[in-house]
This record gives sequence, C-alpha cells and structure tokens, in this order.
Amino acid sequence: MASNSKPATRKAAIVGGNRIPFARSNSTYAQASNQDMLTATIDGLVARFGLQGAQVGEVVAGAVLKHARDFNLTREAVLGSKLDASTPAYDVQQACGTGLEAAILVANKIALGQIESGIAGGVDTTSDAPLAVGDDLRRILISLNSAKTMQDRLKAIAKIRPGMIAPEIPRNAEPRTGLAMGEHAQLTAHEWEIGREEQDELTVRSHQNMAAAYDAGFFDDLVTPFLGLTRDQNLRPDSSLEKLAKLKPVFDKALPEGAEGTMTAGNSTPLTDGASAVLLASDEWAAEQGLPVLAHLVDAQTAAVDYVHGGEGLLMAPVYAVPRMLARNGLTLQDFDFYEIHEAFASTVLATMKAWEDPAYCKEKLGLDAPLGSIDRSKLNVHGSSLAAGHPFAATGGRIVASLAKTLHAAGPGKRGLISICAAGGQGVVAILES
Amino acid sequence: MADWYTNFANSGFGTTLVKQLGLPRPAVLRRYEPGEPLLPGPVVIGSAGAGRLRDTVAAVLKDAGATVVSPVAADGSTDGEKLGAVVLDATGLTSPGDLASAHDFLAPAIKRLRPSGRVLILADPPQATDSPAEAAARQAIDGLVRSIGKELLNGSTANAVYVPEGAETSVASPLKFFLSGRSAYVDGQLLTLSPADVPTGEDAEKPLAGKVAVVTGAARGIGASIAKVMARDGAHVVAVDIPAAGDSLAQVANEIGGTALQLDITAADAPQRLVEHLRERHGGVDVVVHNAGITRDKLLVNMDAARWNTVMAVNLQAQLDITQALLDDGDVLKDGARIVCVSSQSGIAGNRGQTNYAASKAGVIGMVRAWAPQFAERKATINAVAPGFIITEMTAKMPVGTREIGSRINSLQQGGLPVDVAETIAWLSQPGSAGVNGQTVRVCGQSMLGA
Repeated sequence: MASNSKPATRKAAIVGGNRIPFARSNSTYAQASNQDMLTATIDGLVARFGLQGAQVGEVVAGAVLKHARDFNLTREAVLGSKLDASTPAYDVQQACGTGLEAAILVANKIALGQIESGIAGGVDTTSDAPLAVGDDLRRILISLNSAKTMQDRLKAIAKIRPGMIAPEIPRNAEPRTGLAMGEHAQLTAHEWEIGREEQDELTVRSHQNMAAAYDAGFFDDLVTPFLGLTRDQNLRPDSSLEKLAKLKPVFDKALPEGAEGTMTAGNSTPLTDGASAVLLASDEWAAEQGLPVLAHLVDAQTAAVDYVHGGEGLLMAPVYAVPRMLARNGLTLQDFDFYEIHEAFASTVLATMKAWEDPAYCKEKLGLDAPLGSIDRSKLNVHGSSLAAGHPFAATGGRIVASLAKTLHAAGPGKRGLISICAAGGQGVVAILES
Repeated sequence: MADWYTNFANSGFGTTLVKQLGLPRPAVLRRYEPGEPLLPGPVVIGSAGAGRLRDTVAAVLKDAGATVVSPVAADGSTDGEKLGAVVLDATGLTSPGDLASAHDFLAPAIKRLRPSGRVLILADPPQATDSPAEAAARQAIDGLVRSIGKELLNGSTANAVYVPEGAETSVASPLKFFLSGRSAYVDGQLLTLSPADVPTGEDAEKPLAGKVAVVTGAARGIGASIAKVMARDGAHVVAVDIPAAGDSLAQVANEIGGTALQLDITAADAPQRLVEHLRERHGGVDVVVHNAGITRDKLLVNMDAARWNTVMAVNLQAQLDITQALLDDGDVLKDGARIVCVSSQSGIAGNRGQTNYAASKAGVIGMVRAWAPQFAERKATINAVAPGFIITEMTAKMPVGTREIGSRINSLQQGGLPVDVAETIAWLSQPGSAGVNGQTVRVCGQSMLGA
C-alpha cells in the first residue's frame, strides 16, 4: 500500500498474463463485444493469480476500433469482472501500439511508486465494429434531436435522402493517404527489395514456432479459452512454403507500373478479434502475494515518422525508436537473448531488420556512425508472433509482453528481450524486458 | 437438488401415487449445511461385548454438541423422543453369543430413528485376532450392518468402523462424519482405522483453514463440487484442469476465491510443473485430490489401443506419477498431507463396456492400499473414494431407462449428488482424519453393484 515517502524509481515486474485465443474476423467471436472479451480476459487473469475481490492500483487498456458507448471501456470491464469494484481504470489508444503503451504506462506508475500493482491490456474486434452514419445524415439527426416543435422535426426528417442511409464502415486505411496499411507495407517492401520467398519463410516459421509452443504447453498459463476456442484460430501448424506460394498478391495497387506485389493473405496478418492482459507489480507486492516475477520492464521508447510527406514507410517508426532506447541504456542491438518484432506483415519484420543492417540508412536517417547490425534469427519470435496468432490491434502488446516475460524467465536470470511494435499513423512503440 | 423422481415422490400427489403403485419412495436426504447441528435429534449409545469405546464416543459427541441419551428398553417401546442416531460399541466381542446384546440394543433403538437417521457400529477388526470365535463375532458385524442398511427407510444409513487396539483416538473424525449430513450418500460401508497421532483443536466450521488443496479435473461436475466444498471448509484451492477447459476452470476458481492452473496431467512434465507451481506460489501443498478422470467406453473386443491407453494415462498413471513426484520432492508435500484419489464403483463391480475404465479405477484402490504405510510414516494419509451413481451432466445424457434403473438400485433408491462425493473427500482431507489411511470409501447409497 501507499507509503509516506516516495521511493526512488524502481523497475516494474511482469508477474504474468492472460489472453483469450485470437479469432478470425466475423467468426467465433462475431457476437462478442470488446467489453465481453476484455472482461473475460481480466477474469482469466484474476483466476490465474487469485485476485478475486482484490484492488489493483490501476487497470489500463484500450481498443482501436471502439463504439462511442464504450467511452469508459476498461472501467466498465473492471466493474463486470471479479476485481474489486473500487479498482480505478482508464482507456488508452495508440493504434497497434496500444497494448504495449498500456504496459509502459502501468510500469511507469509502478516505477514512480504511485501504484504497487496494475493490469495492462487491450482488446479489439473487427467483427463487432462500430458503424457510423455519414456526416450529412448525422447533422440532420442531431438537429432532429434538438428540434422543439413537430414542424421542426418534420422539416429535419424531410431533408433525409436515400443516399445518406449507407453507413460508414471503419476501414483499415490511413486517413491522410487513403492507402490500406498493407498497401503502405507493400511500398516499403518494394523499396527495401523484400522478396516473396523470404516473407513466406518467415510466415511458415511463425506458424511452426507457435504450434510447437502450444504443443509443449507454453501457452497453458498464458491463454484461457473463450467461447469454445482453445487455440488461435489463424494458427496453421501445417503451413508450408508450397501452400503460401499459391496465394496471390493482394496489396499491389499502389506499386509503380510493372512492379510485382509480394504480400499475400498468407504473409500478412488477417483481421482478428481478441483481448490480452498483463499483471505488473512492484517486486514487494508480488512477494507479498506469493506471485512470481517473470521479468522487469527496463525501458521503453516511442517514435513516429512522416510517412505522408517525409518519404518514410508507414511502419518504419520502430526502426527509429530502438536505437534511441539502446543508446540510453548503453546497449547494442546484439545484446539481447530474444527479439519480439511484431509481425504486422512478414515484410515489415524483414524491412525493419534490413534497415538496421544498412550503413547508409543508419547514417542518413538514424544519424548513426555505424549500422545497428543484424540479429540472430534463431532468437526472433521464438514462440511465433502475429502472423500465426493473428493481430487484434490493441491486444498484441499484451500478448507479446507476457510471452516474452515467460520466455526470459524460463531462460534464467539476467536474460534480455527486445519488443518492437509498429502502429498506424506512422508510430512505433518499443521496450526492453529483462529477467 | 434431488432428482426429479425423488422430488415427485415427496410431493403431495406424488407420495399418494407412488404408495399406491408400490413404487420406490426415495427420501430427500439430510445434507450438511454449515452452522447446522451434527444431528437433528439425540444419539443413543449402546454396547455389545466389553465396549472400550463407549466413553470416547460419548465425549466426542457431547463435544460436538449432540445430546446423548440412555438406551431404549429392550421391550421395544416406541414412545419418547425420536433419535438422530444409534451408535453401537461392539468392541470386545468374544463370541457370536455376545451379539445377542447387539440385537437387543439395536432393534428398539432403530424403531425410533428419525428420517435420515444414522446407525453406526464400532468393532474390532476381524483380521486382528487368531481366535476363530472372536473373528466370527467380529466378521458378523459385516453382515449385520449391511443388512441394517438395506432395511432402513427414509434416507437413514448404516455403517461400521473397525477400530484396532491403539486406534481409539482415530475414532472422532469418522464418528462425526458418519453421523453428520456430510455422509448423506455413504451407506453400508465398513471402514478400518489405523493408530495415528490425531491433531486436535480443529475448527469444526473450517476444518481445512490455512490448507492448500489441489483438485484435478476441477472445471466441472464432481471436481467443481469438490473444489467448492474444500473452499467452503477453509482451503485455498488450486483448481487444475486441461487447458481446453480453462474458461470453466477460471469460473470455478473465481467463484471460490481459488486459483486456476491449466495443466494436462498426462504431459510428461506435468508432475514437475505442478510441484514447481505449488512451491513457487504456495510454498507447498497439504491436500491433493486426484479427481480428473475420463471414460472411453467400448466392449473389450472392439476397443482400440488409444481408448485403453488414454483412460489408463488420465485415470491411473497420472495419479501415480504426480503422487510419486510429490513424495520424491522432499518438502513440497507438507507434514500431515492428505491424498484422496477418486476411484469408481466400476472399479469394484466392473461394468460392461468399461474394461479400461474399471481396470484403471480398480488400480487406484490397489495404489492407495500399497502406499498407505509410506504415507503413515510422514503422518500423512492416502485414501480413495469410489462414487456410485452420481447425478451429473454425464448421467443426464444417459437413456432414461438406464439412468432410472442405475439410480434406483441402491438402499437409498436414488442417485447421489456431486456434493456427496465432495463431502467425503473433504472429510478424508481433514487433519483429524489422520487415522483413516489406505481405505476406499464408497459413496454409493449402498449400491447393489459390487457389494
């Protein structure tokens, strides 16, 4: 509990996590709302760590696709959960970086001694997505609502035209470029000459790693089934280069004349529904509760790039964030035992690594004397990543933090892991965990 | 809740109808509720033979809040207060002739038994004497108590406890169990005690306070009920089930304030993972309930290896491996630990189409018997519980005819409830049950199968 004197900053511990299996869009979780999924995920975490009726310092979570009625999504999920109803909560949103940013926010408050424990999470559904009416209709409906006389109401209704009825469906596209995220990623892949085959290879490895992890029981204390789903629905243990090679490129619209698309439905993550949560705490709080400390969140960094006018790829921000964080911590890119680079697209992971290996790019764009160098691929996404699991935007950060913390813990004390997550809007969130 | 037929047979119209048709009239059983007295009426204690336990029994029952009254006159007067229980101390029988006094005491007393009453006979174990006459008299108790069980009406039960020399202090816990509502569906059973250091000063309402209890197969059915009863009795429950059952497991854990551990107990590293979890999170374990079990029914001639092997792996090998890992570890299994293994009536009586299941469940009985001496050395116990026809989601799917017959062919003329199995397991888990070791207790309403 709160002490009178503020402690010096300390590193927040990652105690463990929980998520529900990720489902493909409009499938098993089609009828589940963000609140349903986040509540079930928190309750699974409560059951794992015996937090029934417990008040944690704060619950921080968010969703990228959110209904207007879900303005207090996380607090509502807490009220519906087995946690003490007096547990405060707030929502955050940083696109695909939401989950990791939530963990950083909780960790920072723990580091400052403002809270002793907290839950960071994220949830997204592309099935139960909010539909909006067009601006014309919306303005008419608002004036209808504020009309005082029957005459005014009829006047307002008379302005409605059939063409206004069609709803606006949220699109996975950048508002400032009109391009889908995949089309942006395909442009970057083209620029960095990322081949089809290496993307497919990375994809197969993701599926194989994740399937093996499930078979070994790695996810037994990280995942709780939901609505009959016990494993990630997108996971294809029998994925192969031959099967992936048959798929057609899907994001090649924006490519220059003559250029061939390399990105397919196989080596890109599909739209997915799901939720995740991570329990963070001070070492003291964990010890008091008899709970383990898997790893500590050592540091974190965000960055953004100008993908609209600046000639940089939409998903390249983590490339900038990592060297800043490494410099602050006196580390090199090779000083890690495990790397978790979010597989928004296979090409994103490959372009990120290629950029770090490129002397000219590292000098000109990142302002470094020498390139960051290459990373040992056998340490990359060792239990699979988003290509296999799927990517419910805000839930990915929590999935990665909990999995990496468990991996580091199993490898022994003093092991270090790097997390790199790209996000819409040209942003990136990265962090270092250490066991 | 009792089954539909029991409810019907106890309704106004139903009572009349089943009486006229001569149908079975199962009683609504008295089941334990925290805070209720041990017995709904006074208990009478009598003796046949020297009776070395009478004073102990009277003291234990008075301490538990029961009213102890004098034996009923031999003339069989049915006047006076109805009895909650009849306890016969038949220790010290020397020959069959001594049994006449058992008859003289029991006959009038049982006439005055209330519904859901209890008959309990304490005797010396037949195996513990070289004298044929003594052994005959002691063994006679076996036939006597089983027959009384079949004669009793209105949800009453009859059980016997064999108390060897030196095991006198072990009597209190089984005595209270058999008289209480916790043993509602335990009928016609003969339990043999062992000498033990029995801890005293247990909280009657929370006998498992401060204990850490693992329950496997806790996501649903009998396992969920065991978890709930253990938590009600004060234990912190580590609810274990396969990862695929994790959502209902989490619900059970959250309902009882326990923790959920998703673990496939047949995985090669499962014993190690369980031991590590218990050490890291709880500093050890006091109670382990091996409840997880599966059926893969087929006639033996049609049974493939997979059906045989998976049933054996879950129902028997996992119990062996996990228990062995706990013993090998040295300190994770705390002093005075309790292991309770779920066997089955099928393991005693056999069942058509269940060769694999019955073999695994019979194996459990042999396992606890063999392990008992080693556990006794650690002041611990290992016992088995063999449920009979228990009303669960599984039996709800049986064809009506099979289900109705299956649930009626026992002295209580009804199926048991998951909570009946759970209460028996929770009782065996109590610190005070130190003198019950290596036993298999049937929770079957004195089923005709395998008796």
